[in-house]
Amino acid sequence: MTEPTSTPATPPAGEKADAAAAVKPGEPAPAGTQRTSAAALEAGSQNVPAAAPRTPLEVVDVRTGMFGVAGTGDTSGFGGLVRTVAMPGPSERPYGGWFDEVVDVLAEVLDESGTGYAAAVESVVVDRGDLTLNVAREHLLEVVRALRDDPDLRFELSLGVSGVHFPHDEGRELHAVYHVVSVTHGRRLRLEVAVPDADPHVPSTTAVYPANDWHERETWDFFGIVFDGHPGLARIQMPDDWPGHPQRKDYPLGGIPVEYKGATVPPPDQRRSYS
Amino acid sequence: MTAPTSQTPHATRHVPLEDTDGVPSFEASGGDWSDIAEEAARLGEERIVVNMGPQHPSTHGVLRLMLEIDGETVTEARAGIGYLHTGIEKNMEFRTWTQGVTFCTRMDYVAPLFQEAAYCLAVEKLLGITDDVPERASVIRVLMMELNRITSHLVFLATGGNELGATTIMILGFTAREEILKVFELISGLRMNHAYIRPGGVAQDVPPGAIDSVREALVKVREYFRQLEDLMLANPILHARMKDVGVLSLAAAMSLGVTGPLLRATGLPYDVRKTDPYCGYETYDFDVPTHDAADSWARLLVRVEECYQSMRIVEQCLERLAKPGPVMVEDKKVAWPAQLAIGTDGMGNSLDHIKEIMGTSMESLIHHFKLVTEGFRVPAGQVFQTVEHPRGELGVHLVSDGGTKPYRAHFRDPSFNNLQAVSMMCEGGQVADVVVAVASIDPVLGGVDR
Repeated sequence: MTEPTSTPATPPAGEKADAAAAVKPGEPAPAGTQRTSAAALEAGSQNVPAAAPRTPLEVVDVRTGMFGVAGTGDTSGFGGLVRTVAMPGPSERPYGGWFDEVVDVLAEVLDESGTGYAAAVESVVVDRGDLTLNVAREHLLEVVRALRDDPDLRFELSLGVSGVHFPHDEGRELHAVYHVVSVTHGRRLRLEVAVPDADPHVPSTTAVYPANDWHERETWDFFGIVFDGHPGLARIQMPDDWPGHPQRKDYPLGGIPVEYKGATVPPPDQRRSYS
Repeated sequence: MTAPTSQTPHATRHVPLEDTDGVPSFEASGGDWSDIAEEAARLGEERIVVNMGPQHPSTHGVLRLMLEIDGETVTEARAGIGYLHTGIEKNMEFRTWTQGVTFCTRMDYVAPLFQEAAYCLAVEKLLGITDDVPERASVIRVLMMELNRITSHLVFLATGGNELGATTIMILGFTAREEILKVFELISGLRMNHAYIRPGGVAQDVPPGAIDSVREALVKVREYFRQLEDLMLANPILHARMKDVGVLSLAAAMSLGVTGPLLRATGLPYDVRKTDPYCGYETYDFDVPTHDAADSWARLLVRVEECYQSMRIVEQCLERLAKPGPVMVEDKKVAWPAQLAIGTDGMGNSLDHIKEIMGTSMESLIHHFKLVTEGFRVPAGQVFQTVEHPRGELGVHLVSDGGTKPYRAHFRDPSFNNLQAVSMMCEGGQVADVVVAVASIDPVLGGVDR
């Protein structure tokens, strides 16, 4: 659905006029009108909250239609609707409040050690008053160690790890999100590590934050992210012999067989629903 | 007393292979217990492993403890969980944002209002309407949460007492809790699993007479607390069983991410209501009780004192509730269109509303239908919101993809995290003390397994 149409790129105003000319009332729409144009994709980004300076959007999905039905079955009139789903993109300095100070101190510590801030922290996202650091997995351990041990950072309390699965975010399908708190300075921030589904390895942080032991097991259990160096990465919620990782978006859900002429209730992800 | 120094925080490690050469080992998790016991007997192993739970009255539900014992001493303790995993987080991904409340309230069923509040605060943060929530709604939320904190701590006292054989304490604790559950029923309609706090406010304003009922309940609860204190605080059996048992030092608690009364019993006054206030907690006058003994007895004292602080907050809430006002955001795209009312045939949408949608306004009907079936859209992004749960810091990680349903909802349940401390609290102690140590963590398995 995402391939651009063959129509030449025109400025938005012109395209609008073209579209109006192309589809006259009473005439059947020409084949291919529901295909996605680059302009429509661009326009779909309205779902992202407008805020301070933002650079490229992190598109994680592209949605079409409204009711989860495609093709001729869709009589809703929303069949041509295209919306891109994008997470808030990286922020520019100043980040505001204590955020700049923390990033500065972290950059100093990382640069001193030779790793380099630019190599370890891919981007900084400030959204809804929360600070998120997107960290490269190779340097995750060094970053958390710096966050915990540097006297100006002192994020000594870890509130665990949770996973998120973005099947359409190619090369970054699995995200591990860490929440840390500085009791000393009264601050909290979030670290995010994204890894490809094909190579779902993240170094374990249990050596720095023993609290993450069970949280990493849970994230492995539900998402299949392998935390290298974890002391015992066993399933924690599901039975040991359970196949698959249930919180992933591609995990098959069960339908319910009902006793009426062999009909079944489709699994929740295949039912018609508002998208 | 001083905190023990031998406790250095560490993560559970693998046993190096060379250490286990020639030593038969038996894997407990996932295997059939009788096979393991048989093999141990066949090899003539002296080591005794006791499998406590998952069906054991003192495990607060379905917690499984694997204890390796030498005589009466526990040499190794491991907790096994997952027996109550119901996939609530996954279920929430297929329901609207408002319906999510009905799911998350069932996680930690002893403190349901805290999951609701944390979840709704997170949704409001995602929507960017945190400041639009009416003050009265926040006051009602605080009132309900603090009453819930008292009921939760009463369950701790009751079940903890029961596990030591003190049935009177259990009866008293549950009777006192019942007084507050009656108030919950009056205000929300349900004793538990309320789904009362909703994104944008609360489902319904407090009914007439509720404030007086809370005042009356508080008088009774105070009386029950006095009786409980008379029974417990100078009780030599409780002292003998709980003092110096299940010690967890400050350093160990911090590194294991243990929060709540367990952390405050080590002397650190860390309370999210003070450090990161939500629902206007910064405007209430209350103290954060601490203790420095870091043992099971200190945790009990901290919890009892917290109940009195909660009563203080509840009284301040009651004063503020004298002023009427809205209990839901004004945005009609978020607020539920109808108020509930009691009719001759029970509770349902108010007659005025039915009259409007069925008789006069087609648009109202469409709006009602769209909001209830489709729900509202939440801009893409992620938030993490924490509240001070009776058991520690409850975190909600919500991810939205701009749709009408949560893309991902994760609850950082305090009991889930705190149960990691079982090994450190129990190893080296007596088997009988395991019960006391686990009770002092006060885990609720509905929240642990979710």
